[in-house]
Amino acid sequence: MPSSHEEMWEKLNLDIDAHAGLLEVLGKFYGDIYMSQQGRLRGMEYLDFVLSEVHGLRIKELQDAKVSGRKVIGTFCVFVPEEIVLAAGGIQIGLCAGAEVGKGEAEKVLPRNTCALIKSFVGFKLARLCPFIESCDLIVGETTCDGKKKAYEIFSDYSPIYVMEIPQMKNFSDRELWRSEILRFKTQVEETTGNKITADNLKEAIHLLNNRRRVLQRLNRLRAAVPVPISGRDALLINQISFYDDPERFTAKIGELCDELEERVKNGTGIAPEGTTRLMLSGCPMAVPNWKLPYIIESSGAVVVGEESCIGTRNTRDLVDESAGTIEGMIDAILDRYMKIDCACFTPNTERQENIVGMARDVGVKGVIHYALSFCQPYTMEAYKVEKALAKAGIPMLAIETDYSMEDVEQLKTRVEAFVEMVR
Amino acid sequence: MIPQQNESVVGIDIGSRSIELVVLDSGGPVRQVKVPTTFDPLGQCRKLMEWTGGMRVVATGYGRKLFAESFRLEKVSAITEIQAYALGTRYLHPEAKIVLDIGGQDTKVISLSDTGKVVKFEMNDRCAAGTGKFLEFMATALQVPLEEFGGFALGSDRRVQISSMCTVFAESEATSLMARGERPENIAMGLHAAIVQRTAAMLRRVGISTPLVFAGGVAHNLCVRQLLEEELRQPVIVPENPDMVGALGAALYGRNLDRSET
Repeated sequence: MPSSHEEMWEKLNLDIDAHAGLLEVLGKFYGDIYMSQQGRLRGMEYLDFVLSEVHGLRIKELQDAKVSGRKVIGTFCVFVPEEIVLAAGGIQIGLCAGAEVGKGEAEKVLPRNTCALIKSFVGFKLARLCPFIESCDLIVGETTCDGKKKAYEIFSDYSPIYVMEIPQMKNFSDRELWRSEILRFKTQVEETTGNKITADNLKEAIHLLNNRRRVLQRLNRLRAAVPVPISGRDALLINQISFYDDPERFTAKIGELCDELEERVKNGTGIAPEGTTRLMLSGCPMAVPNWKLPYIIESSGAVVVGEESCIGTRNTRDLVDESAGTIEGMIDAILDRYMKIDCACFTPNTERQENIVGMARDVGVKGVIHYALSFCQPYTMEAYKVEKALAKAGIPMLAIETDYSMEDVEQLKTRVEAFVEMVR
Repeated sequence: MIPQQNESVVGIDIGSRSIELVVLDSGGPVRQVKVPTTFDPLGQCRKLMEWTGGMRVVATGYGRKLFAESFRLEKVSAITEIQAYALGTRYLHPEAKIVLDIGGQDTKVISLSDTGKVVKFEMNDRCAAGTGKFLEFMATALQVPLEEFGGFALGSDRRVQISSMCTVFAESEATSLMARGERPENIAMGLHAAIVQRTAAMLRRVGISTPLVFAGGVAHNLCVRQLLEEELRQPVIVPENPDMVGALGAALYGRNLDRSET
């Protein structure tokens, strides 16, 4: 990465030496996992570029936008309605972190048996390694799980944080709670950005974000073709980058990539040899640069053709209805859309089981690998019900519980390979 | 002498503690060798491979990838221990419905269909609690040779409770029991019972059925066998050479490959 960014990182008060080390490791990791692939799409060059500049040019763009008066709002969860932020002229950035960074620092303030994702974002903050966190004018937390709730209380000692209350059931009162939370968030965003949300700008924001979802839906349809035209890793990367990139540019670029994919599908060009076992991932989100499990799977004679995850279909499956003309109507449409999210924080959560079974059938897989972060109680526990639902549909499932460290890679390989041998 | 017929295939199981090699010809296993893994597993493999020239080799165990990459022979492939143990068990005991394999650092439970296919499996994660490593560590702590540890435990006159499965915590539990004057045989029994408890829980997760075949190096341990039968209230079948089952399964896989090619 060019050193011209160093001045910017210094201004953001990053730990320059440690940050340089992080970028070096990330670059090498990316090279091993991504650049070693054969037959990649031309369109992936854009993603390679965005990732190589993830802490560089993209941060520069955010800084420039801030100079021009726009505000940056960081989030950790797909529940935070980006439509509101965008309508008010803000930029929303997903801060979920997928690297084992600043673990020592994080463990000074968090119990050791905290999930890797929480440790990671706290670690990034305490070790001063994330230019996104440092660029934020507002950081938004949410009450999806106890670990996050309590971590935000600690995080707030270092950075002010606004917390949204996520309902845990889907009754009438939960809808009303979520409506009032969206309205409270709207007031906060208007205050932070200094801009009023109007029917016009909200309508535009809804349309723009729906388009981003549509292009990702198109990607998801195309990637499931036989033979598989794109690796699961590349598709995951695209989903991951959708949380950082400018939505308009991203949608256009991924549209072009999908055109290329369409061509491949038409010609029957695949990236994996025929007979490669098709699998689906389901469970916890995999934030950049958490490519550990997909890489293991795709080095074991299988290919991932779908991710049922927040960084995957959970974030793109449902659109906001665009027919409303008033702010109230649009808030209702946003409410409807976000209440469909089938996060494991809900009880009961039978929709998720149905969605997983439906998706496994739609994309045509031999099996599902359920991925849960260690100490993520909602997903580790839900794996049991998911396995039962899949078994009923005749689809085998392998439950994996792991974190961001590399110490269990060999054991995971054995399990994944054995699963592939079993379902082949 | 080693028969060198064309149909001979070699299975090699490169485990954390030992390497087993089985040579199979059309009649069945004709040679079985076991050597310690040491710090140089490849060197050990090289020695074993000296007299297998030209035969198809199938590797399994945690060193299978290293082996397949280092011995770029024409006919070399790798399968997981799960599949290898399933195949080996099926050959020795066609009626088996469930396989338990406790090796040096892994415990695996494999459920088999009527046709011998793997339908479900469980494996301990990164932690080696309750595996051969645990027994080895505890035998050393009690200054008993590993091979005699099971028999030693059977000499107990009462069972003391060891509640921790973590090797480090269990050792400190054992140490405090020793400090209280507990007989080492009783402590050894407590340690064995702890392993069996953990193993039985894994078996129950996969679903216990019968007949159950117990393989892997730890199946040599009489105390684990006996306690397992008591805990599960069903007989446990131990093959004659329980640690050879993986290598045998790998060789059987190779034989099928040979057949499908001709």
